[in-house]
Amino acid sequence: MTSTFRTTVRTNLAKPEVRANFYRAMDGLMTRRLDQFPDKAELERLRTQSMAIRANALSKLPELLETLEANLTRNGIQVHWAETTDQANQIVLSILQKHNAKSIIKGKSMVSEEMGLNHFLEALGIEALESDLGEFIIQLDHEAPSHIIMPAIHKNRIQIAKLFHEKFPDIPYTEDVDELTQMARRILRDKFYATTVGLSGVNFMVAETGTLCLVENEGNGRMSTTAPSVHIAVTGIEKVVESLSDVPPLLSILTRSATGQPITTYFNMISGPRKPGEKDGPEEVHLVLLDNGRSNIYSDPELLATLRCIRCGACINHCPVYVRIGGHSYGTVYPGPIGSILEPQKAGLDVHGELAQASTLCGACSEVCPVRIPIPSILNRLRYDGVRRDTANTNTVGSGKRRTLSEAATWKTWAWAATHPTIYHAGSSLATHFKGMLPTNLGAWTTVRSAPKLAESTLHQQVKNLGVDHE
Amino acid sequence: MPPIPDTIYFFGTCLVDLMYPQAGVSAMQLIQRAGVKVIFPPAQTCCGQPAWNSGYRDEARSVARAQIALFPKPIPIVIPSGSCAGMMKVHYPELFAGQPDEAQAVDVASRVYELTEFLVDVLHIELQDLGEPVTVAVHTSCSARREMGVADKIESLLGQLSNVQRVEHARKPECCGFGGTFAVKEPEISAAMVLDKVTHIRHAQPDRLISQECGCLLNISGTMEKQGDAIPHQHIAEFLWERTSMASTSLSQRTDRSLSEVEGNTTEGTP
Repeated sequence: MTSTFRTTVRTNLAKPEVRANFYRAMDGLMTRRLDQFPDKAELERLRTQSMAIRANALSKLPELLETLEANLTRNGIQVHWAETTDQANQIVLSILQKHNAKSIIKGKSMVSEEMGLNHFLEALGIEALESDLGEFIIQLDHEAPSHIIMPAIHKNRIQIAKLFHEKFPDIPYTEDVDELTQMARRILRDKFYATTVGLSGVNFMVAETGTLCLVENEGNGRMSTTAPSVHIAVTGIEKVVESLSDVPPLLSILTRSATGQPITTYFNMISGPRKPGEKDGPEEVHLVLLDNGRSNIYSDPELLATLRCIRCGACINHCPVYVRIGGHSYGTVYPGPIGSILEPQKAGLDVHGELAQASTLCGACSEVCPVRIPIPSILNRLRYDGVRRDTANTNTVGSGKRRTLSEAATWKTWAWAATHPTIYHAGSSLATHFKGMLPTNLGAWTTVRSAPKLAESTLHQQVKNLGVDHE
Repeated sequence: MPPIPDTIYFFGTCLVDLMYPQAGVSAMQLIQRAGVKVIFPPAQTCCGQPAWNSGYRDEARSVARAQIALFPKPIPIVIPSGSCAGMMKVHYPELFAGQPDEAQAVDVASRVYELTEFLVDVLHIELQDLGEPVTVAVHTSCSARREMGVADKIESLLGQLSNVQRVEHARKPECCGFGGTFAVKEPEISAAMVLDKVTHIRHAQPDRLISQECGCLLNISGTMEKQGDAIPHQHIAEFLWERTSMASTSLSQRTDRSLSEVEGNTTEGTP
């Protein structure tokens, strides 16, 4: 049976324009990241430090979340806990209903994508407008993000120009990037003032001070969190750090790893609603903390590292699989290497376990990960969980669900042969001896390759003639 | 720096055994020529990596356990493959964690060397190039590059050869798309990757393609051949032996030479 993933991959591989767009973008991002770290030793020191900061935060996650809640509440931020995305959506809805709001303006937030918030609200007749330029573009085209940092990276300038012209026929056609940006800016500007509720994501939550940190470049994050009278932040429970001093190293490695920028245009630190006498800022600030499977990941010491992620997207930018199939092929909110370990854990191996197979384990992702998440090791562990029989020994959702009788039998036979050298070598000798009779069509392998050629005789046979000690 | 051992174990890998025995032969000859005795335990089969990477850990462990038993002496184990070396060095300790034979697995892991690493860091091999001028493109395997961290060794070995010119190709550090069972489980993505790799290598117009990984060579050369216009390819061990042994072969010669020619070379190279 061909899976949805395989079908989508096939479709996307056949789109040369999309592939070219990804290549161009990813090449640029890889170069820009490299330029940001001229001193390799400094990079490695910063990676180690960042890993330790995140690992420290996760090691005391329940405690830090309590401190965070206490300090946020003291600062006047209302904290809400959601175990599921449904609960998170209901919380957002109840805040909107309280203010009788019929629309919401959004800064960039992957967790809101995870919640499917836009669809949820639109089904209730509430408009959810994306204000991040990339998100704005893909919303116009009714698409999902194809990258966690650059949601519209799969489109090129011409495609975007055509899309704008189609959606806003009154505005003259242009392919000029600055003009296109200005166009979106003008359309959005009025919305910021007219909308009562703004929504954003969060990059870091500081437990010590009860501060929400938001990294962005376009200013829409600041507009979404200050212009409307109510600000709702949504994020995953893992985004907490212990103290304010943890933020500068993480911020530095985040922006440099993500877009190759030494610093972003905006760095917002939100520590409460508008105080009496202050001229701007929202009157209410809410934080929705989403679990959605994260506690389960937290419970496994080996998989816990998944939660260190600071969502820079460097693993995605460097992944040879992602660059070819594009973000939409994954069929998940988070694509690429981080998606391939996070999504199967969140939704279950039976649902997205195939993503753990979509890697050559080349290690390019873990080589660049700013917090040293051992992505290939976690992929390997998930492959194991998918086919293991002792499912009682793991909390991973959908464990054992990928085990098939035929594959299990194949590996069992292989193991039997490889532990019986006489049988194994008789088999390999026979194969080389009768190699002319072996099939030349080997299914998937021979679609682009010729069949592997066996040698005239095996190394085992040749060694005997070499003066090598065959003990 | 580890001292030069008197004797080493050689683990040939299943791909070398079946497809590229000449790479194994040449690797052992290079080591023997440096005055080091080579033991090739005949009962060796496979390191267990295919099952490990597929999630079948029990099966991988039983195969790995059978290999571990073959290397009892406290001497280095040299492997002409980054990924099999990586399996033994990095993953055996993981695979045997908490098992009764964990100590033996860790002991084996501590003695594993990828071939080029062993030639450079332990043997400090000095190569004299006897071959005709040739240009080569190098494909470093991901395992050698990232898991073992030894990708610079193949470059330094080739750098010793005066008549060998290395040509660079685009996206050199990128995976060729083999990934063991990946090539079979995700054939479309794998095909896209290897076709790009082939294009980049062809652009560089090398006389030969050299790698320290037979899996990558199998993937890349198989693709070149299917498309026609294959560039001759060799495992680094075979290339080094060919360049530095008296009976060095000419460029046009096929890479899978017959055993009789090799036997002729064996004694000449021994110091």
